[in-house]
Formats: sequence, structure tokens, C-alpha cells
Amino acid sequence: MSELSVNHLLGIKYLNKQDIQLIFETADHFKEVINRPIKKVPSLRDITIANLFFENSTRTKLSFELAEKRLSADVLNFSSAQSSVKKGETLIDTVNNILSMKVDMVVMRHPNPGAGVFLSKHVNASIINAGDGAHEHPTQALLDSYSIREKLGGVKGKKVVIVGDILHSRVALSNIFALQLQGAEVMVCGPKTLLPKYIDKLGVKVETDLRKALNWCDVANMLRVQNERMDISYFPSTREYTQQFGVTKDLLNSLDKEITIMHPGPINRGVEITSDVADSDQAIILDQVQNGVAVRMAVIYLLASKIKQ
Amino acid sequence: MSQKVLLNAKAINIILHRLACQLIERHHDFSNTVLIGLQPRGVFLASRLAKILTEDYKIKDIKLGQLDITFYRDDFRRSDKPLEANATKINFLVEEKNVVFVDDVLYTGRSIRSALTAIQSFGRPKEIELLTLIDRRFSRHLPIQPDYRGRQVDVINNEKVKVNWTEQDGEDAVYLIEK
Repeated sequence: MSELSVNHLLGIKYLNKQDIQLIFETADHFKEVINRPIKKVPSLRDITIANLFFENSTRTKLSFELAEKRLSADVLNFSSAQSSVKKGETLIDTVNNILSMKVDMVVMRHPNPGAGVFLSKHVNASIINAGDGAHEHPTQALLDSYSIREKLGGVKGKKVVIVGDILHSRVALSNIFALQLQGAEVMVCGPKTLLPKYIDKLGVKVETDLRKALNWCDVANMLRVQNERMDISYFPSTREYTQQFGVTKDLLNSLDKEITIMHPGPINRGVEITSDVADSDQAIILDQVQNGVAVRMAVIYLLASKIKQ
Repeated sequence: MSQKVLLNAKAINIILHRLACQLIERHHDFSNTVLIGLQPRGVFLASRLAKILTEDYKIKDIKLGQLDITFYRDDFRRSDKPLEANATKINFLVEEKNVVFVDDVLYTGRSIRSALTAIQSFGRPKEIELLTLIDRRFSRHLPIQPDYRGRQVDVINNEKVKVNWTEQDGEDAVYLIEK
């Protein structure tokens, strides 16, 4: 078995096709492990991992923490809300203080794009990016692709549309890189104001008509409208957004084929998708969450195996 | 690199039948017994034994599983090569069962130590036994001995015992390879 080509997981753009393949094959084994009566393996019992969350998170943080615990790693949790960051400590100082307590790996979410890359150059630990601003969220993209692979048998040649707020979305960027690396066709769809200029230069199709986009795709990944990142109004009202870009059961039923619906969470029910879509058989939202633990276990395991004693 | 044949196909076949008979002697109709082949190479031996028990000795409903011990090994981050995981397929609980671990070669005993930990994830067995085709004598790092052994051999440390199976390698044979 090969190794990962990287020592940190900073973004999908630093990975190659074989890395993704290796992560998925390893995740298959961990998915079997987390469905056992006893869901824990002792592999990482001599590894300590710090989860540094400089930005709010529920799902990702719980998922990482569970993945670490299922691998028997020791876990430190840190969130900036109750810390010395508020007192003016710099990022490198904060992390080096934590590392001097002998931590081997850092999982970090940070509001600034590139925070993970910056940290990896200045501290001596494996870094996993759990989301850096509007840049990348690699483990989310990996679990999304893994869920597509599980549901449709593969990613290559599949048509995936990413719908919604592409401009502020790290999930969108990581997904585009991950899907293209595996040979899928990618389209982005949303209001013009929320589509970055020149996004087509990444080799993705651009569409502003949701019905056309859904008729084209095999999978629709519905992103959340990130109100907290919007400094100005990008669309007139939530109601108008829902009318144009919200997926309803009626809309899905009127398509020629059955498509798969994904959502990275948290869902704004009734905004980007209605409740009956979110709870339907076409949605694999909760599978994504379960796969998230297996994929994160695989990433942590593979990176940890590169930390030499 | 030179190699010498320790066992040929005929000898292996005789040994497999003897091992099957020894298993029957202890486990009768296998109603409370499960065979667990250890990944990667113990699974061939386990499925051969299951086949002989079913076809030649008419024992019905043999429970057969495959256990991968990669995540339970004690040399994670210590070995130069990355550890390669294999599939675990145990679709029954081993609670209160008589478990027989099946592996091709017993050498240091470390894989068996890992397997003893790994099997706990599937319940608490009544007892665990060990069956190996080849027992490398005088090379154990841990106090582990087989309950059923095909052939005991004395091999020095820079030599390797390789068991080939028709399913994977195109022939049944056991070689002693000098590195």
C-alpha cells in the first residue's frame, strides 16, 4: 500500500488522485469498524491531537473528535471563544504553546483563508485543515465524494451541480477540486451575485437556472446560504432566493430522472431545500454525516502513520 | 536468493485433512465453533479447511470469518513500510463461541496477540484456539503456542517461510526462502 503524498491535509489542491483513492479505501475499512458492536481500534493510542476551532462548528468538530476517539488518540479541545486569543495572543504562539505539551497533530478551523498553510510552515506538527475562511474544507469534499461513490458506485463521469452561495463557500471550492481530480463533471448554480467572477476558469459549467442545472446533473449538492459571511445584500430577500434556488419535492418530481440530493449541513429548512426533500430517500444527508467519521478516521490514520517516532 | 520446498501439494493436502480431523475431534459438529482466518494469508487456509470439513466430513453450516488485524498491530509508526489494511468479514457475534484462529505461519506471535485484541470487538468468546500450517519453532517473542499445527520447522531469522495457495499463487506449496 502506498502512502499519502503529503504530510498535512491543507486542501484538496495539494492532493493527487492516488491520495484520494487511498483515503477512500482506508475509509471503507473504518466504515466497517464503526458499524461493529465495539467501534474502536487502538491504532493511535500514542498520538495526541489538538482540535483548534477559531470559528464555530458543531458537525465538523464532533465528527473529528469522534474519529479521533474511535482511533484511540488522546484529544485536546480548544475553541477561541474561551481562550487567550481574546487577550491578543498570536496564532503561532497559541499553537506552539499547545505543541509544547507534546501534541502530534493539529486539526484547525480558522476564519482566515490560508491559516493552515501558514501554520504548517511555522510549527512542527501534522496539520489538518477543518475549514479556513472561504478557501478550502478538504475533509468535507472528501466525504461528499465518498458518499457519491457509495451511492452511485463511482465518481468518474458523474455530473455534479453545486447550488447556492459559491462565493463564500469553502465547501464549493474543495468539492470542485476533488470532483475534477476524480473525473467528474462539475457545474455551479446560484444567483449571479453569489457566483465568483471567472469561476469558469476552473473548468466548471456555470448556470443560473436551477431547473436546467437539475435536469443536467446526477447529484445536486445544496449549499447553505451563509448569512454570517454576507456583508452586503446579495439577493433581495430570502423568499426570493428560495423561489429561484430552493429545491422542493414538486421540482424534483417534475424532472426526467431521479437525482441524489446532498447538503453539507447545517440545513436552513425551507430556504435551500424544503423539509420533505431533506427527509426523502433521494437525500443522503445523514449518510454524509456517518461517512464523515469514517473518512476523517482514514485521513487522521494515514497522516499519523507518517509521523515517525 | 535460494529457495527450497518444505511441503508440496500432496503433503499439504494430507496435513489439511489431518488438521480437519483434529478439529472434529475437539469440536464435534461445530455447532458452537467459528473459524476465523487471519488476513491476509490465513483466509485461504481457513476456507480450505471449511471446504474439507463440509465436503469430506459432511459438517453443515460452518461459520467462517475473516479478521484483519492492521489497526491492532503494535508496530504502527515503527515499521518502515506503511501497514496495509484488509477487509474484515465477521457477520456473527463471537459471544460465548469457541473461536479457532487460522493462520498460515506462526512466527513471533505478534499477529496473534493483535488478533486476540481485535476479536474482542465482536464479543467475548468462550475460548480461543490457534491453528497454523507452519510453526516456526524457537522464534517466538510472546508466550503464544498453537493448539493445532501442520508442520513444525526450525528456521533461522534471515530465512522466510512462504506458503503459496492455488487461489492466489497458482500452486499449493511451502517454501523456505533464504534472503
